[in-house]
Amino acid sequence: MQTHTYDVVIVGAGGAGMRAALESSTRARTAVLSKLYPTRSHTGAAQGGMCAALANVEEDNWEWHTFDTVKGGDYLVDQDAAEIMAKEAIDAVLDLEKMGLPFNRTPDGLIDQRRFGGHTRNHGEAAVRRACYAADRTGHMILQTLYQQCVKNEVEFYNEFYVLDLLLDTDLREAKRPRKGAEVTVVGVVAYELGTGEIHVFRAKSVILATGGAGKIFKTTSNAHTLTGDGMALALRRGLPLEDMEFFQFHPTGLAGLGILLSEAARGEGAILRNSEGERFMERYAPTIKDLAPRDIVARSMANEVREGRGAGPHKDYVLLDLTHLEPEHIEAKLPDITEFARTYLGIEPFTDPIPVYPTAHYAMGGVPTTINTEVLRSNTDVVGGLFAAGECACVSVHGSNRLGTNSLLDINVFGKRAGVAAAAYANEHELVELPEDPAAEVVAELDRIRTAEGGENVAELRRTLQETMDADAQVFRTEESLTRALGTIDDLRRRYRSVSVQDKGRTFNTDLLEAVELGFLLDLARVVVVGALARQESRGGHFREDFPTRDDKGFMHHTMAYARPTSGPDTEIRLETRPVTVTRYQPMERKY
Amino acid sequence: MTATTTSPAASVGEVPSFDVTLRFRRFDPDAANPEPFWQEFTVTAHGTDRVLDAMHKVKWELDGTLTFRRSCAHGICGSDAMRINGRNRLACKTLLKDLDLSKPIVIEPIKGLPVVKDLVVDMEPFFASYREVMPFLIAQGNTPSKERRQSPEDRARYDDTTKCILCAACTTSCPVFWTDGQYFGPAAIVNAHRFIFDSRDEGAAQRLEVLNDKEGVWRCRTTFNCTDACPRGIEVTKAIAEVKRAMITRAF
Repeated sequence: MQTHTYDVVIVGAGGAGMRAALESSTRARTAVLSKLYPTRSHTGAAQGGMCAALANVEEDNWEWHTFDTVKGGDYLVDQDAAEIMAKEAIDAVLDLEKMGLPFNRTPDGLIDQRRFGGHTRNHGEAAVRRACYAADRTGHMILQTLYQQCVKNEVEFYNEFYVLDLLLDTDLREAKRPRKGAEVTVVGVVAYELGTGEIHVFRAKSVILATGGAGKIFKTTSNAHTLTGDGMALALRRGLPLEDMEFFQFHPTGLAGLGILLSEAARGEGAILRNSEGERFMERYAPTIKDLAPRDIVARSMANEVREGRGAGPHKDYVLLDLTHLEPEHIEAKLPDITEFARTYLGIEPFTDPIPVYPTAHYAMGGVPTTINTEVLRSNTDVVGGLFAAGECACVSVHGSNRLGTNSLLDINVFGKRAGVAAAAYANEHELVELPEDPAAEVVAELDRIRTAEGGENVAELRRTLQETMDADAQVFRTEESLTRALGTIDDLRRRYRSVSVQDKGRTFNTDLLEAVELGFLLDLARVVVVGALARQESRGGHFREDFPTRDDKGFMHHTMAYARPTSGPDTEIRLETRPVTVTRYQPMERKY
Repeated sequence: MTATTTSPAASVGEVPSFDVTLRFRRFDPDAANPEPFWQEFTVTAHGTDRVLDAMHKVKWELDGTLTFRRSCAHGICGSDAMRINGRNRLACKTLLKDLDLSKPIVIEPIKGLPVVKDLVVDMEPFFASYREVMPFLIAQGNTPSKERRQSPEDRARYDDTTKCILCAACTTSCPVFWTDGQYFGPAAIVNAHRFIFDSRDEGAAQRLEVLNDKEGVWRCRTTFNCTDACPRGIEVTKAIAEVKRAMITRAF
């Protein structure tokens, strides 16, 4: 076991982690731990754009952007956070341009902007051109640009290091929690080096969680295989709450059957969704902005068309994304990658044939709760000293119950930067906390248990059952019955997971072992999603209960705070509490588009 | 296993399920006597399955020790470059139905980098070359308060080379790189090109100096392997030629 000491340790090297690193590494001694090479992170898969009210091509301002974000999130957004994000968006885009990001340009050489779902002029009048973009590979360009800057600034990376535990100076896992105001401080993290199988302890004054999403709890997903919610699960296991996990975004246009993302930018550039009858059905669901309604509404509308028998294809189980009326040159210039996806993976030529699409699990609105300065909350009122979180793994909450397209690339830049600044400032004002005795003991014991078990449960089978269950029972449409069924399956899988085993017993690059560990994270998080969804007896944003089809502001205008608490048995249980939504200038209204 | 799926993808193009045999070049450094060896597995696949799907089937159902990198599974992250039937490709972007399935699909690690385990190679030498070409915007003077202007035409000059995902398919397909691991290789030159031809950048002369080295751009023998290998369709050889020309004419 090796022990390292840093001022700041950043867990994750996607957009949020690297944006944070660019700030903290100039102010404090910083290490970035990533389970992948940084350029493999899933920020690179984001396509359409990053919204900021630059007003380069038409009138716009950050207040409209704030409003759209709040309304898009079905009023569960913390409005102070949304305002910060919309204001700081402008500098976030300009920062990236100055770092060299190759944005598409207007004829005058300014950063070009295009339309995106839910982003409107003057509080919903019409779609507005707000998304700054680089063809349909904006995320790729952001990831590459941030990595380039990290290379320039000689940021210290530990690549292919899996962080498997978060060390705090106080055990928060017990039923009895520290009193209000009591100091709880981060100590560091425990990591597993994939290349050698060695355990490393990183002592740090500040730790930033930036581990991204958890889309792999679902079967049909746009997410990478590696998006297993590690940071969220580590926090939950250490007794910290997770916020609003029942809200998961299903992106409308996944390639049917595969889940591969086709950017909303396609609709921003004029593509239209049609059912088997050729009807532009979004005119019925969102008369004003039609195909550019927010994702929750479009996804639900698509699923409803299929349910009512108007799906396309031999099994009538998808709808069609039609680009055939657009100029091929325009598509080639603005959407080169996604047209290639259609050709490569489905053999469809999008210039002449519509593309089969169906909603795909895309984004966790919930995550590790933080303040607007990215400090991690351990309760509604207290933070953990030195612990920060940003990006998809965090919940600020700027996305509420439904994130608007492009706001995730914005989130990682705005709050990634804030996290880097805040973590460095904290580190410069505090001393290191003593490591506990044998800090890696729990991780070592768990890894040994999995590695040495023989003939136990199969990781892939448990994971497939989990993912199929979540797709069937906790996707776009949910009911008490489906969610109860899902919870029963998850509880059973959790029991079976305790006797999981792997075939690879080696030390070098043992991905078999790490897939087993990641399955543990997925099982933890899927349970929180389902328990939260069961308790939320209303429909809001990405969470739709067929048995409670309307929003209920009296009963549920609050955030969910989920804690894992000990039971008399071997498993924990999920306890739910609530946290008020911060409302500044926008009172909840009915959400129409 | 037989195909029972009714997923939409199965109906698109209506390609039935079929058996595929995969023949892997394997290496286990933890073995008592570590020697590379070949091993075959047969799995049932579906019409839209990629090589990566078949590899996952092997790993998840037959042999958990089979080791490879992967993440996004749709050609964006660059983790799973490997040699498939003698050609460098991404496993997640190579559809089984596009390969000759009458024979085993031969899968080996990319060449020219040290093999760590099975299909996993040590990427450090590759990234070291990348870092040497200063792959970041170099701009002197005061930072403007708003964005730098760049015309669409100037933006187009380096568009192709911004697509690079650093998968190493090009560099490890290059015969010069195989025989001389010191050669910068196509990917590093592509990433230098991306900045040399960016109108906002002022570091071209420094980068050309680096690439004028004996292990630099002149070692390219224009075999076009790199262009054929690039999963992003970058015209790598053309980019290298443009860098060579810029070095002679000092015009960029």
